[in-house]
Amino acid sequence: MTTKATDRAGVDPGERDGLAGSEAAIKVSGLTKSFGQVRALDGIDLEVAPGTVLGLLGPNGAGKTTAVRVMTTLLKPDAGEVRVAGLDVVHDAAKLRERIGLAGQYAAIDENLTGQENLVMVGRLYGMTRAAATTRATELLVRFELTDATKRPAKTYSGGMRRRLDLGAALVAKPPVLFLDEPTTGLDPRSRLSVWTTIEELVAEGRTVLLSTQYLDEADRLADTIVVIDKGRVIARGTPDELKDRVGGERLEVRLTDAAQAPVAAKTLAPISDEPPVVKLDAVKLTVRRRSGIIVEAVRRLDEAGVGVDDIALRRPTLDDVFLALTGHAAEEPDGEQEEAA
Amino acid sequence: MSRLVTDTMIVAERNLVRLTRAPDLLLAFTVQPVMFVLLFVYVFGGAIVVPDFYEDYTAFLLPGIIVQNIAFGGFVTALGLNEDLHKGLIDRFRSLPMARAAVLAGRTLADVATNTLSVLVLLVTGLIIGFSFNASIVEILVGLGLLLLFGYAFSWVFALLGLIVSSPEAANSLGFIAVFPLTFISSAFVPVESMPAALQWFAQINPFTIVVDAMRALWVGAPAGNSIWEAFVWSIALIAVFAPLAVAKYRRAAGN
Repeated sequence: MTTKATDRAGVDPGERDGLAGSEAAIKVSGLTKSFGQVRALDGIDLEVAPGTVLGLLGPNGAGKTTAVRVMTTLLKPDAGEVRVAGLDVVHDAAKLRERIGLAGQYAAIDENLTGQENLVMVGRLYGMTRAAATTRATELLVRFELTDATKRPAKTYSGGMRRRLDLGAALVAKPPVLFLDEPTTGLDPRSRLSVWTTIEELVAEGRTVLLSTQYLDEADRLADTIVVIDKGRVIARGTPDELKDRVGGERLEVRLTDAAQAPVAAKTLAPISDEPPVVKLDAVKLTVRRRSGIIVEAVRRLDEAGVGVDDIALRRPTLDDVFLALTGHAAEEPDGEQEEAA
Repeated sequence: MSRLVTDTMIVAERNLVRLTRAPDLLLAFTVQPVMFVLLFVYVFGGAIVVPDFYEDYTAFLLPGIIVQNIAFGGFVTALGLNEDLHKGLIDRFRSLPMARAAVLAGRTLADVATNTLSVLVLLVTGLIIGFSFNASIVEILVGLGLLLLFGYAFSWVFALLGLIVSSPEAANSLGFIAVFPLTFISSAFVPVESMPAALQWFAQINPFTIVVDAMRALWVGAPAGNSIWEAFVWSIALIAVFAPLAVAKYRRAAGN
């Protein structure tokens, strides 16, 4: 099976750390988990083929982190079956931990230790000798371009460097299955890009990755398949393209010089929009399927109708659009935060 | 079992190495207790009447303040564990194929090392300002052992605290509120007989009084009564209660 990452990054797999056989690398069925009255996971089913990336997409509080915590043995499920690398998360937890790597939402490193010391500690806790752990740490520091910072305490690292060190820590034991829980949340665009490149290389080595994210563009770039969850349930699944088709193409936003002309503008633009244009104050939003020439056509139509345009922009659908399209409610809901705060 | 020992040593090493990178914490183990000894001896010392048995206030105070100090030695465990919890390190540890009890066992073992340092600093300070042992080498060593055991017991109390509270700040204030009065309403700083009746009653059953009395018996030859064996029993009982509680809490930690 070719993966998205090999297609795009074109990395020659040097070390392959994949799973043998054709059994699913991760298989979750009927997973439920409640915290008191809050049902964080309400019957999740998902399956990840070996060597592929599954993007677990959802807003804050959707249950992403809870799902990852169950799959990494940090939480016990209330019901359902979860198998990772062929092992059951409840009954084979100890064995399973030798076969997974976890990089969480926060860079889980000791800031008072150097990069080298952090990685050596993790290696030794995986059962390596000090010498073997040191060799492995050096490999990872070279690979993640942290060699200059090897001897510095991690508290002097930038956000991007910390994440890379954290990813390194998750890779110490060369695990065939990797869990990355919002690996780029809070990173600047440049660091984000470098983390993405790293993840693509990891997949090229044959690893299976479960990536939770709230960013559609991240899932779009990295994931072979996407599972969208909301309020603890799977509400959509498919390839990024399939999902975008369901969301309904791109968004064209037109800002008018005069808000009073908005109804006229909406009427004028309706023929080029897939769905009825949405008017909000001085802005008109369209859903469009094609990119080329669409801005020119919109401007021409508005010009002919005598509508003044202040600004016009074409943008990719965002997670908000996905959620609006799939659930009818916006992605960010203040009362949807209980789970991650728990 | 050997895995538990290895992993415990790895975690203990981590906690000792990181300590050397946080000089402010090292000050808490060294300079701060010395400051307290000097303040008590030279500010309060003249006003406190000690039983005739003791040569001076220093002889009375030193065993007491060493016990108080060692009980607080575990504070760094509460703060450190709470920080690890919030920074996701506990999650990382729990996702590793390591011995489940090693994070706490290593953490509290590191405290034994820092407590030893702290006791030595206090002892040297005491000897400089005129404290002298009235004891055999064996009694001195048994006293050291008791101190470290009692400190170890409190490390487990603080480990549980650190896993329960919401922030390092909360650990700090809760810890002080809980432990400070315990150490003061004891025989550590003033004779129990000088307190009001209700406090006397509490001070007499307070384990701090028992451990302080045991230390005075071991180091300056004060009448021991049952205090020595009671002090060991208290220390072991505290470990027997709080270590399993802390480990149970750790297993569920951050999992809620």
